[in-house]
Amino acid sequence: METVTITMKNQPKLYLEADNISPDKFAGKKASEIAALHAYEGREQTTLGKYFEIAGEGGATAADTRIVVKGDVSRVKYIGMKMSAGEVLVEQSPDMYTGAWMQGGKLIVKGSVDSFAGIGMKGGEFLVEGNAGDYLGAAYRGDWRGMQGGLIRVKGNAGSDIGYFMNGGTIIVHGNSDVHVGTHMEGGRIIVKGNAPSKVGGQMVGGEIFVYGTIDVMMPGFKYVQDEEVEVDGEKALFALYHGDTGERHPKRKGQIVYGKLYLKI
Amino acid sequence: MAEYIIKNGFVFDPTQGIKGDKADIAVKDGKIVKSTEVSSKAKTIDASGKTVMAGAVEIHAHIAGPKVNEGRNYRPEDKLFTYRPKSASSRMAGGFSIPTTFKTGYEYARMGYTTAMEAAMPPLYARHVHEEIKDTPIIDEGAYPVFGNNWFVLEYLKNKEIENTCAYISWLLEASKGYAVKVVNPGGTEAWGWGLNCLTIDDPVPYFDITPREIVTGLIEANEALGLPHSVHIHQNSLGNPGNYTVTLDTLKLAEGFKAKNKFGREQVLHSTHLQFHSYGGDSWANFESKSKEVMDYVNKQKNITVDTGCVTLDETTTMTADGPFEHHLTELNHLKWANVDVELETAAGIVPYIYSPDIKVCEIQWAIGLELALMAKDPMRCFITTDHPNAGPFTRYPRIIKWLMSAEARKKQIESFKHSAKMVEATHIAGIDRELSLYEIAQMTRAGPAKSLGLSHQYGGLAPGMDADIVVYDFNPEKPHKPEDIEKAFSAAAYVMKTGVPVVINGEIVSNGNKRTLWVKAKVNENPQVMRDIRDKFLRYYSVTQANYDVSSHFVPNPHVIEVDATH
Ligand SMILES: [Zn+2]
Repeated sequence: METVTITMKNQPKLYLEADNISPDKFAGKKASEIAALHAYEGREQTTLGKYFEIAGEGGATAADTRIVVKGDVSRVKYIGMKMSAGEVLVEQSPDMYTGAWMQGGKLIVKGSVDSFAGIGMKGGEFLVEGNAGDYLGAAYRGDWRGMQGGLIRVKGNAGSDIGYFMNGGTIIVHGNSDVHVGTHMEGGRIIVKGNAPSKVGGQMVGGEIFVYGTIDVMMPGFKYVQDEEVEVDGEKALFALYHGDTGERHPKRKGQIVYGKLYLKI
Repeated sequence: MAEYIIKNGFVFDPTQGIKGDKADIAVKDGKIVKSTEVSSKAKTIDASGKTVMAGAVEIHAHIAGPKVNEGRNYRPEDKLFTYRPKSASSRMAGGFSIPTTFKTGYEYARMGYTTAMEAAMPPLYARHVHEEIKDTPIIDEGAYPVFGNNWFVLEYLKNKEIENTCAYISWLLEASKGYAVKVVNPGGTEAWGWGLNCLTIDDPVPYFDITPREIVTGLIEANEALGLPHSVHIHQNSLGNPGNYTVTLDTLKLAEGFKAKNKFGREQVLHSTHLQFHSYGGDSWANFESKSKEVMDYVNKQKNITVDTGCVTLDETTTMTADGPFEHHLTELNHLKWANVDVELETAAGIVPYIYSPDIKVCEIQWAIGLELALMAKDPMRCFITTDHPNAGPFTRYPRIIKWLMSAEARKKQIESFKHSAKMVEATHIAGIDRELSLYEIAQMTRAGPAKSLGLSHQYGGLAPGMDADIVVYDFNPEKPHKPEDIEKAFSAAAYVMKTGVPVVINGEIVSNGNKRTLWVKAKVNENPQVMRDIRDKFLRYYSVTQANYDVSSHFVPNPHVIEVDATH
């Protein structure tokens, strides 16, 4: 595996839309070719080389390419967008849309990510060692097709509206989340190991939400079913299972109505 | 002004009967002239080995106004990954099924379309429509105000007051700067305000106690009494429902006995739009089937009707129509987001995203029906290619539709790729049709035909001296062997497009924003104090705006092209 190291040397004045920072785009390219890949600063089209020092070269394919992003990237959006394979390591904290529409490979952020990280994600593994912003693993604005596969793991806390319109895959938040968890959720699994204050599973049609800590205010559309032992993130625990959102349209499978499942740790 | 001569192209011009002969087209002062009338300084455009046609004319698309903009607002996902940055002569443009105004102008121009009609203008929001038209570069545009559920029209026609209906139409065309009389689900949209619909032409409209039959015939009578350039333009009742072809035939038959009266050379009294949505058999989605043959058999023999296809393009798109009850029906079917608006006294609108999937049998059948209509048309001067943009698909797919219509091989490939191709073939006629439309027939269906139906054949749709210099050169050699994909490619990005004498596209790229005009119809009628009093009265009693804030004043229409009609007697 070849490693390309890109280091911030010139901070953009505006936010930089750098959707070319991905193993798919770097594969098969020399440092000079990577430097020539486009990015947008506001409405101006520019190149990655204007902002980043680029060392190393891409592997033959995305799977053979590893990218290390160094320096202050707090004004850089879309790192790892649509990546299908390979690896990206971000040492500090990038701006929004990190790992958006990711399809495969591994994306590690040592710092925190801003909002819309992993939206529309289809596959791969996305690890955030710090905190995540709002709309983690959600659908793009207006869209009804949210995260469909893959794993997002956040070691710290997450913001609001995580897993909005989620259809598949797993989101694990080791800390707390803010309000609106799994709104309109249709599939997949959200695990919040800390607290989730309120609006958990609103308009949820299917899928599973686990909350280990407390929910201050439950949504009125959830009803208690039974206690269940479930294996979550490699360990078994006892949960109180609720079905919801009963105010929503629910499909039938084999004659049974399919509900969203909300598990509260006992 | 500049002179041009477009040399040596294979010219297809139905207005002069030119079927691919090599000819030169000369241009002077924005008009086409005889080759002998330009000087030696005329700039030469080499079209050798290429196809030359007049600029195409869009007869029915939803491209400007509040409904389109609401679609843009509530579907940010439609814009995702579609943006093109600004260039030297174009602005940033984006959106797929509901493009920005700029992209709308650019994309039409790149395909060789130089005129387009917005198909449903709610009069109350006509200012918004014209603001967007103004911001749509290059192409000439007009807009059809909707009349089929308008309280004035319902009241006058209930009492058979044709002259008052004429006076009201004349007033509203001027107030809204409108082009033609549009009818959407006659009576049904008003009934929707009562939670009902009109699904046959004899279902009475609640409160007004009038039927779609009476609305349509009354409006045809008024339209012909006025002698407007276009005929009544109708979106019929029961759109999109299995078995609706009988309602379609009932509606088309209403044109029998009427004769076109106008000075524009228009021959039809009724234009039936997006016929694909109205040519359905079966009584449920399970036994849904094509009735294109039954419908086209009638259209083919009934000379005073024109139609457009409403071809399904197999894309994810955004449906939007003044047919409010239909959109509610659709959201109940696909459970996707729904927007709904009532426009006081006049109309309504609904919007729902829709995915025409090649893996869903109904969508496959709809795809076939749209193409069958065009392939069964005996007179291509009366059947026009549309997608009812964006309802059956975005207008940017016209090149693909042209490919399907010109190539049986392309259709076969598409049929074979469908998930339910055997079942689809059983429910349609498409697999048995080997007709391949010629470039001449395409020119009839996209240029000369719609121009004539709109009463604009004196200026658009042809290349005869005296007509507007709207000229397109496609990089397509009709004398050389080609693959179906070559057709789509050539029609997607014209080699050269001129709009009223100004080069606007070169090698598929926008080079100028042209001199866009807005077409509207000023129909002069005898003074009618009763109608003027009725209008004042409705504004005082019902409208939420005053009459002074209703009219589209001239600054909304900075470059008008007014078509005048004198209906005084
Ligand atoms: Zn329409």
